[in-house]
Amino acid sequence: MRSVIFRAVAPFLTSLMVLFSIFVLLRGHNEPGGGFIGGLIAVSALAIYGIACGVETVRRAIYFHPMAIAGAGLFAATIAGLISIAARVPFMTGLWIYPSLLGVEVPLSTVTLFDCGVYLVVVGAISSIALSLEERGGE
Amino acid sequence: MAVSTSPPADLSAALVLEPVAAADWLVILPVAWCLAIGALLVMLRRPIGLHPFISVAGLAGLVVIDALLLQHVIVSGPVTMVMGRWLPPFGIAFTVDLTGALFALAASVVALAGGVYSLSDINDSGRRYGFYPFLMLLMAGVSGAFLTGDIFNLYVWFEVLLISSFGLIVLGSEREQIDGAVKYGFLNLVATTLFLVTTGYLYASFGTLNMADIARKAEGLRGTAPLMTLTALFLLAFGMKAAAFPVNFWLPASYHTPRVVVSALFAGLLTKVGIYALIRVTVMLLPVEREELSFVIALVGALTMLVGVFGALAQSDFRRMLGYLVISGIGSILAGIAVGGPGGIGGAIFYALHSMLVMTALYFASGVAAKLGGSFSLSSLSGLYRRHAGFAAISLMLAFAVSGLPPFSGFWPKVMLVKAALDIGAWWLAAALLVTGFLTTIATGRFFLLAYWRDTAEGQGVATKAQIPAAILLPLVALTVMTLAIGLYPEPLLATIQNAAAGLSEPSSYLNSVFPGAAR
Repeated sequence: MRSVIFRAVAPFLTSLMVLFSIFVLLRGHNEPGGGFIGGLIAVSALAIYGIACGVETVRRAIYFHPMAIAGAGLFAATIAGLISIAARVPFMTGLWIYPSLLGVEVPLSTVTLFDCGVYLVVVGAISSIALSLEERGGE
Repeated sequence: MAVSTSPPADLSAALVLEPVAAADWLVILPVAWCLAIGALLVMLRRPIGLHPFISVAGLAGLVVIDALLLQHVIVSGPVTMVMGRWLPPFGIAFTVDLTGALFALAASVVALAGGVYSLSDINDSGRRYGFYPFLMLLMAGVSGAFLTGDIFNLYVWFEVLLISSFGLIVLGSEREQIDGAVKYGFLNLVATTLFLVTTGYLYASFGTLNMADIARKAEGLRGTAPLMTLTALFLLAFGMKAAAFPVNFWLPASYHTPRVVVSALFAGLLTKVGIYALIRVTVMLLPVEREELSFVIALVGALTMLVGVFGALAQSDFRRMLGYLVISGIGSILAGIAVGGPGGIGGAIFYALHSMLVMTALYFASGVAAKLGGSFSLSSLSGLYRRHAGFAAISLMLAFAVSGLPPFSGFWPKVMLVKAALDIGAWWLAAALLVTGFLTTIATGRFFLLAYWRDTAEGQGVATKAQIPAAILLPLVALTVMTLAIGLYPEPLLATIQNAAAGLSEPSSYLNSVFPGAAR
């Protein structure tokens, strides 16, 4: 799109939205939010960036191919389920650890890993669709 | 539970508290294994040359896992694992009994054969298109469908395998393939939607989705809940998936369009998932309704058999003929479900397993024939016997197997089905089975006569001897040897299948595995 204002604002808007999507992802465990909705917000950020600056720029910016991102997400989600082998509990059981980072207790869990996997699958799959649609619709 | 200082609560009413034995992990491992490898392949986009080796190794691993699972189930009965530790019926249960384990093992064998065959059938562009990730995710869906013990979860696995199969069927994006994919996709989406609607209806009546829970609650709900409607709807939905008459037309319209290996995998796996779901729901969950609908199922089965085999007689394209033979096989399995009892259900399971191996092998053979003769069409395909006598022998064996002639694997299930049909006095069903077998012999014999024995048509030169690549010959020979071995020595498999059928008709050990100590 040839609007100067839009082009100038888009990078900031995009980074803000990606940041917000990660916030929504992490907030999702006990409150509204989570991997799916977070992923959608991240994809809309990428879509805005694509409309403003072109699809090639977005592809360069995310570095990995969108489908590879989705694959990584699926892999992470599967691993999150398999970790429970070690604890002798059934598949997909939520397991928690509470490491202390810089004096703050950080609860980490397989559930969070699974949710991150969902986030990546949504980001990868939907951005793959959105980018190829933009590519064909643009010129 | 997010905070480490939460007060202790009594968890035994909601959670599985005893530690899970390592062997129980075999229940979920086939699905997790395929998903993990599929995801890994999606990530590896650059080193595309690694895809075939990773997935063939992965599929070989899957065969081993499924064999161990079958062994485990034979030794210790049905095994259950509930996801996320929640007790059933609220936690999603994966429950594997003999039927599920047998189907899963046969599916993994078929997939491994397909994986090896694909080494020479799928070129670099097919790999880049994502054949191997799709194959692994398809197997995740197929394994999940065979192993799950929750009816909504079954729907989810149907979706997983359906989406992967969409990817596989359009591989190459040729015009004809898109055409086939649209027919295939549309009809399957209708069937899946019907399945989902029926599942919703079932949940409204039962208040549970766990199969064991449904099986034990069905008795009490028979007076009030619309169980006949549910069974009829399930019959339609799964019948559509399995390509039963009169909703069979999508299969011959689409199965001849994709790559040979894709057709072979579809013929071996997809319709059988539909038939497995039908067996599971009608025989185990709603047996009384199956009994009442048995005439309808028998009629559908007989018509499916005959329509399939008449279609096969009329075709002049190798793969189209095979598509009709797949349909005809589905008819035989439906006949077994209609007859019921250990003989009928056992025959249906045996026939389904036999059909998985043989139909896949026949599709491979059609691919080899096209490689040797340059065409799938009967009008130009000729002189195959002169080109490769060994291949002609294998094809003849497979033709015998699919027609139900001894000493191949098709013989025993046919005997079981005919005997079971005669035992309950359904002579017309037995006659339909026998006539179908006879007509199948004619259909395949006609093909053999024209494509293999007829000398090369004029103007094409003399048929010369040809070589077949090892990657193609190996799975073909392996599947044929399995067919022959089952035909010559069926006792161990037969005993297992009879136990499997008994476990379906009298699911107390299945119920016990999900709800320990609470079965009827």
